[in-house]
Amino acid sequence: MITAPNDSQNNMKSSYDKASGEPNALLELGEISKAFPGVLANDGIDLRVMPGEIHGLVGENGAGKSTLLKIIYGLLRPDQGSILWEGDAVSILGPSQARSLGIGMVFQHFSLFEALTVLENIALAIDEKCKTQELRSRIDEVSRNFGLSIEIDRYVHSLSVGERQRVEIVRCLLQSPKLLILDEPTSVLTPQEAESLFETLNILSKRGCAILYISHKLHEIKKICHAATILRAGRVVANCDPSKEPIKKMAELLVGSQLPEINRGRLTADGIERIHIENLNYTSKDPFSVKLKNISFTVRGGEILGIAGVAGNGQTELMSVLSGEVKDLDEPSIIKFNDQIVTSKGAAERRLLGAGFVPEQRQGHAAVTEMSLVENVFLTALKTCDLEKSGFIDQAKASSLAESIISNFDVRTTGVQAETGSLSGGNLQKFIVGRELLQQPSILIIEQPTWGVDVGAAIILRRALLDLAKSGAAVIIISQDLDEIFEVCNKIAVMADGMISILGDIAAVSMEEIGVLMGGQRYEH
Amino acid sequence: MFTLERRVEQSKSWLVFSPIMAIGLTVLSGIIIFSVLDKDPWMSLYTFFIQPLTTGFGFTELIVKATPLILIGVGLSIGFKANVWNIGAEGQFTMGAIAGGGTALFLNTQESFLVLPAVLLMGILGGIVWGMIPAFLKTKFNANEILTSLMLSYVALLILSYLVHGPWRDPGGYNFPESKIFSDFAMLPILLEGTRLNLGTGFAVLSVLIIYILLSRTVLGYQFKVVGLAPAAAKHAGFDRVKLIWLSMIISGGLAGLAGISEVSGTIGQLLPSVSPGYGFTAIIVAFLGRLNPVGVLFAGLIMALTYIGGENAQIEIGLPAAVTGLFQGIILFYLLACDVLARYRLRYKPFLKARDRE
Repeated sequence: MITAPNDSQNNMKSSYDKASGEPNALLELGEISKAFPGVLANDGIDLRVMPGEIHGLVGENGAGKSTLLKIIYGLLRPDQGSILWEGDAVSILGPSQARSLGIGMVFQHFSLFEALTVLENIALAIDEKCKTQELRSRIDEVSRNFGLSIEIDRYVHSLSVGERQRVEIVRCLLQSPKLLILDEPTSVLTPQEAESLFETLNILSKRGCAILYISHKLHEIKKICHAATILRAGRVVANCDPSKEPIKKMAELLVGSQLPEINRGRLTADGIERIHIENLNYTSKDPFSVKLKNISFTVRGGEILGIAGVAGNGQTELMSVLSGEVKDLDEPSIIKFNDQIVTSKGAAERRLLGAGFVPEQRQGHAAVTEMSLVENVFLTALKTCDLEKSGFIDQAKASSLAESIISNFDVRTTGVQAETGSLSGGNLQKFIVGRELLQQPSILIIEQPTWGVDVGAAIILRRALLDLAKSGAAVIIISQDLDEIFEVCNKIAVMADGMISILGDIAAVSMEEIGVLMGGQRYEH
Repeated sequence: MFTLERRVEQSKSWLVFSPIMAIGLTVLSGIIIFSVLDKDPWMSLYTFFIQPLTTGFGFTELIVKATPLILIGVGLSIGFKANVWNIGAEGQFTMGAIAGGGTALFLNTQESFLVLPAVLLMGILGGIVWGMIPAFLKTKFNANEILTSLMLSYVALLILSYLVHGPWRDPGGYNFPESKIFSDFAMLPILLEGTRLNLGTGFAVLSVLIIYILLSRTVLGYQFKVVGLAPAAAKHAGFDRVKLIWLSMIISGGLAGLAGISEVSGTIGQLLPSVSPGYGFTAIIVAFLGRLNPVGVLFAGLIMALTYIGGENAQIEIGLPAAVTGLFQGIILFYLLACDVLARYRLRYKPFLKARDRE
């Protein structure tokens, strides 16, 4: 049953009232508020986590989850509100104090040193001095007890993402935390690795360690959490027991309204081969980038190809090769757009042939942060929308183009002259995708289309991509989000270690197969 | 305690206000400096900032002084916007003077109205060629243009010194290190009888107009801005970074060269060991004071010209040391950069959060 947010006064009274026999909450936040310039990130948030409970903190991007986490871990101080730990009021002044209280945190982007071994990293991170031999046996013990197999003497740079996450967790567990916080842990895992993580979390919970699990993936929350707090726009909108709630209901609370359905319908390839990649090989001069090896595939008009894969397997390199930002490919690579060879053509020329590109990074790459929205329209639409007249920019035309992008894609902004940096993630993404779509491309290649974007905007974007394909364009979506790929694409491929495995029709593949391929060479179990 | 909190959007009003505030703070510092030097602060301020403007002639002198600053400053502002840091405008100025001046000397006996255009053209080319060297080194070898252009300035100055001490020394000049005086055909026409106001000022105003239109209305100007603000976005758009680097050095070099030949052909009339009191470097301050905007550069040029003239005035009238000019120019830049911070960040007073007492 879903309850409205509790009256914080009652909460505080009940935990003080130890004599009454009511169980003490492990962590209790009362009316926590935190503001940043231009946004109230947390607005009077109450949260209660019981000992040994797996508590989900749910909310879409921008709901205030990260801010709340940072407050609990001492990285930020709240403007207002109280924190009770085991019944006592505390002020968490920094991460080391949080750790001494018994709070551990596994970050979304790990804080490990790649050039050191697992043992060295752990030794650096724990707060007390410990003899190496003793540390080894402690790590072994934790590792065995919680089913987290790690190799102590391996260098971190050689570990897969799933393995690194295990190291992070072991590192936290060595300090015997009472509360373990995990921030979007499965965003970088293959499906199999995610399962393994859930098993570990269950063991932890049974042993009395509470877990604060932050995610926007409702099926995960439903699967493993005992209780959940749903955030929207900085406020708590509901507390519930996720095992008893249908996902649709939780999703609506998350968004605050009825969610429209995305109907993929039947996408049929109209036969025209629009994107043709043959034997693509690329070695970048950057020593840390991934080599692209022997990539070959085709995409026809009307198809949406989803390229799945964990980040860091060559997606960024593939995007810069396809968009024309990079032209020095290794022989015998061939890229054809609409039957024209474009391998050595630059980005502007590829656009003139009907291609559109949206890279992952909005600020500074797809758009110039310091410029206005109108000025950002020129960036890619200059030639394709005829905005250039003998060297001069047609300001009026660009302005009306910007206006139509804003109205067609529901971009919330003060106007075409607004500074691009002032738009929220979702709105800026809508603007950028809208800019590309208004050029009516017959080919669109887009990377992480809804990363950091609120649910409402994500739906608009996915619908737009479907409509584009239905009109006969060939679309490639490079995404870490398997759910998104299943929702929108009709063909799927997996990218791992710079190579692509085509799996074909999405209806015919299983999660298992995909997971195995995503793990690539480093998959082990 | 006071903290700096980032603003959501750059404060447009501050961007306009901060140069004014910087000048205000400079005046305040001036009062303090003058007092410390045991001079009457108000008298000194008057001598420095007001007196030069009290006569008509003084006013034209201000414009004459501002002309090279504006010409160079406008060219630099394009480059700085594109993240190409041409610190060697002084050298390009000098090379313009040498190339144009050399042409004037070569054509000294010619009596034709084509002499002046030839002289000006060579001056511009001299600046362009000198600017192309750092461009080449940057695009080919990734050599930092700040260092290369700066070092080339000294090379140019030494070449000038060599020429006026040696091959180009005026034989009828009583052994002074200076070239022959240019013929009238090689000189820029005077615009106002009785003053030194010449066509060079016309070039300066024209350059402000042209560069303003270039930056605000053309595709090329847009490319310059994007390549400076977000190189990854410029790549994404398919802009040619190499071409833009060459063009910005050519434009700023050419304008500096034009400033050089205008100074030599308009104001000075011959080649001397020193044809510039550091215009190429002061123009950097002018570019920033003018917010890298051609119209702003126009006003900033006038203000900085005032520091030159005021400085000279202060030396003569109240006996302040020669360094006072450079001192004020540096102070203005310092305050400008400091005030700029307030356009991006807001000053906030945040009281310490007290921990709740344990109950």
